[in-house]
Amino acid sequence: MSDHEARRPQVAVVVFPGSNDDRDAMRALSLLGAEPTAVWHTAEALPAGTAAVVLPGGFSFGDYLRCGAIARFSPVLRAVTAFAADGGLVLGICNGFQILTEAGLLPGVLRPNASLSFVCRDVALRVERTDTPFTTRCAVDRTLTIPVKHGEGCWFADEELLGELEASGQLVLRYAAGANPNGALAEVAGVLNEQGNVFGLMPHPEHAVDPLLGSTDGGLILGSLVDAARLSAAALV
Amino acid sequence: MRATVLVRPKPGILDPQGQAVSGSLRHLGFDVSDVRVGRLIDVELATDDAGQARAELERMCEQLLANPLIERYEIALPAGEASA
Repeated sequence: MSDHEARRPQVAVVVFPGSNDDRDAMRALSLLGAEPTAVWHTAEALPAGTAAVVLPGGFSFGDYLRCGAIARFSPVLRAVTAFAADGGLVLGICNGFQILTEAGLLPGVLRPNASLSFVCRDVALRVERTDTPFTTRCAVDRTLTIPVKHGEGCWFADEELLGELEASGQLVLRYAAGANPNGALAEVAGVLNEQGNVFGLMPHPEHAVDPLLGSTDGGLILGSLVDAARLSAAALV
Repeated sequence: MRATVLVRPKPGILDPQGQAVSGSLRHLGFDVSDVRVGRLIDVELATDDAGQARAELERMCEQLLANPLIERYEIALPAGEASA
């Protein structure tokens, strides 16, 4: 292992009032070889040396108005938006995904589940592309098992936007046939931005990194991010 | 001035909440074919100028109160002021 492979890339995990998966995300990132740092939502800047940002799951600001609608006004989002505009890696998990769509960093919107029920269970997922910074450790023909737990995960886009996203290959993660837990359009579970450096998904990879909990498939997604963050950190040095 | 903003799911957008309410109303014996559930937001504004109030409320809707991908909004000003 070369020096730069051994180095732990710094990953900023943003904590909003109401975030509740920030610690799991930090633990998972640490297991996978990153150096996670919690960043409170009022921070005006990301820590120096940040190689990737994770917006974790939870219920930021009580999910008032619409999920993620209030969190996007947190000062740290300006820093995250600038980081993303510079090509920085940003991953939004569940509520983090909702925040990224509300902030306009990812296309579409997450609506209440079609069942109107909160879903909390493992789901089967398929990865459409492995050439993104979030899926390099995955394989297209291997189904992932990762839990979801959300009330508002029904991804939606109008017909025109859906057509564009299908054509551009941005609908990177989908629920496997028959596994759609929320009525999401086109079985979409995760969406990439056009530039390919911002990704959001409803399933929780940070809850699937330890065999004790039934699956380590989440490590494939977070591990891909850690690999990409390490490369981008090395490029910065 | 106190104004009211109505935010509704866009036509054609699936509204599971409306469907659930519709089903419950039918269960109660009411003859309803469709229910859509939106949101009503009362806003107390500093200004008493109708034009300024409407312009501000529109910006509020575009920036926060409604998600244009899935929702439409309507602004209602106090009686005497024309509404959208």
